[in-house]
Amino acid sequence: MTKTWLPMTAAIALVAGSAMAEEVRVYNWSDYIDEALLEKFEAETGYDLIYDVFDSNEVLETKMLAGGSGYDVVVPTGTFLQRQIVAGAFQPLDMSKLPNAGNLWDVIKDRTAQYDPGNAYSINYMWGTTGIGVNTGKVAELLGDDAPINSLDLVFNPANMEKLAECGVHFLDAPTEMVPAALAYAGLDPDAKDADSLAKAEEVLMAVRPYIQKFHSSEYINALANGEICVAFGWSGDILQARDRAAEAENGVEVAYNAPTEGALMWFDQMAIPADAPNPEGAHAFLNFIMDAQNMADASNYVYYANGNKASQELLIEDVIGDTAIYPDEATLENLYTVTPFGPAEQRLLTRLWTRVKSGV
Amino acid sequence: MNLRRLIVIGIPFTWLLLFFLVPFAIVIKISLSDPAIAIPPYSPTLELSGGWAGLKAFFSQLDFENFTFLTLDPLYYTAYLSSLKIATISTLLTLGVAFPMAYGMARAPEEWRATLMMLVILPFWTSFLIRVYSWMGILGKEGFLNMILLWLGIIDEPLTILNTNTAVYIGIVYTYLPFMILPIYSTLEKLDLSLIEAAEDLGCTRTSAFWLVTVPLSVPGVVAGCFLVFIPALGEFVIPSLLGGSDTLMIGKVLWEEFFSNRDWPVASAVAVILLAILIIPIILFQRNQQKQLEGDQ
Repeated sequence: MTKTWLPMTAAIALVAGSAMAEEVRVYNWSDYIDEALLEKFEAETGYDLIYDVFDSNEVLETKMLAGGSGYDVVVPTGTFLQRQIVAGAFQPLDMSKLPNAGNLWDVIKDRTAQYDPGNAYSINYMWGTTGIGVNTGKVAELLGDDAPINSLDLVFNPANMEKLAECGVHFLDAPTEMVPAALAYAGLDPDAKDADSLAKAEEVLMAVRPYIQKFHSSEYINALANGEICVAFGWSGDILQARDRAAEAENGVEVAYNAPTEGALMWFDQMAIPADAPNPEGAHAFLNFIMDAQNMADASNYVYYANGNKASQELLIEDVIGDTAIYPDEATLENLYTVTPFGPAEQRLLTRLWTRVKSGV
Repeated sequence: MNLRRLIVIGIPFTWLLLFFLVPFAIVIKISLSDPAIAIPPYSPTLELSGGWAGLKAFFSQLDFENFTFLTLDPLYYTAYLSSLKIATISTLLTLGVAFPMAYGMARAPEEWRATLMMLVILPFWTSFLIRVYSWMGILGKEGFLNMILLWLGIIDEPLTILNTNTAVYIGIVYTYLPFMILPIYSTLEKLDLSLIEAAEDLGCTRTSAFWLVTVPLSVPGVVAGCFLVFIPALGEFVIPSLLGGSDTLMIGKVLWEEFFSNRDWPVASAVAVILLAILIIPIILFQRNQQKQLEGDQ
């Protein structure tokens, strides 16, 4: 699939639905589901599914706060969800319409409750970490066999980046992902939001900015897979998808993902129903469908992200459940951190910082 | 004043009021508000239920903070200046390409002119977005241009054009070329050929007749064309974001970022108000030029 920054629409062929069928509109992240599941949902429920994708929490939030987005289900990340709940963007879930909610995993529910108290507004779809994807061959060629591919030193040390620039480096176009990483590299609290700490993070980012080919949050999957770039700071499952696509293409590219040893951000993508959703009934049907153990396992087996569904775990392939990059073991879990949302005043500091980093002004 | 006259004058004014002044007033209002994480994402919002006291409270919360902010951050004036530069250079480039084409069209045999005109307008039948997208396919590292140049042996390494300012210039010149050709063509076509004959009879060479007669008489068309290219190019968003790179700084792109990525509607609105204020100057100049031309024709 080719990707652009433009809001891209994946229209689903209406094979099962009749002209009379009601529509359910879902707005999810790009490359985040097995599309066979979408057809299955239409066949099982008789709803017409309109499935659109985005690649930025910021764009989703713009739509949510403008109101009248027309979507029935959206998938913000925990920190964004939290403040959108406060803004009144979502409606509480009707648990009586979600019998599959019993499949959810307590461990994840406890963690997502910090964003959505009591998990009243959302269910966990998937979760993962933000880290470093490398084309192992290319990076070894440029930096030697002992290149620090599991360390933030690879992407934030200008000496390394200067060499890597030649083969292409992409960073996520998401300040809420990149700034915590830069703070961790500077030895500060990744959840810090004060001006001094942010200034230090900006220094770290500015020092490597000249060597970054592009700030983009979805192009790196294909770019990494077909060898156009050699390093991407991105989301775990996306990089693992790139690894798989490269293996399938047999193009000699070998991709590896590592959560940085200095600490990696752990995030949770939550499915929620906008307050003004045109079809809340259909939205609940979609959430219930997603929480089915088999469906959720199919989704995770396809996109290489861990999910918050306990019952699905025995249906996961070994490549997913057995990989500590996806389902971290105790030791890896120790190394993960979570962050809290930015308030309005801090938000402006953060967006200014990010605009400066991206534009170099 | 009779009713008919009132209606005739009323329609364009109502149009202007509904589709320009009212939206502009809303944008100004947002530019004076503060950003908030709420629906809609700014405060205060206008609540008519509060009555007169509510209205007073509403106005007391508005301030010019966002405009002050624009002067403090170098990003904005750098982006305005960079947009001015890109718009000026691309207008001149467009003029350079369009003038010979318009001249050729005006001097072509009469029966060809309609066809030539058609060829200039024809690209408009395809969506603007698709035409800009196709330039991505032409200018990319693996694009047609590089493939042809490599095949001809002119270059050994593919050129990096896409995601640079060069690509933005190519995109703007390509897109706005007809806006430059048409007004120049219409002045050149009206040009009385006997004036050139007279100049030649009086001892001018062909070249000096061109510079002394044709060029001065085409000035109104050139000026109109330049404004028609310069004004939209200044606020251009699609071309720099598709063809430009991270170094391409244009105010239209900054505006998009403020609105969508930063969710800072008040600052985005302030940027838009200033952009409009900057554009009003060339638009007024353009009006003056048109006026003069009309008077000249009479």
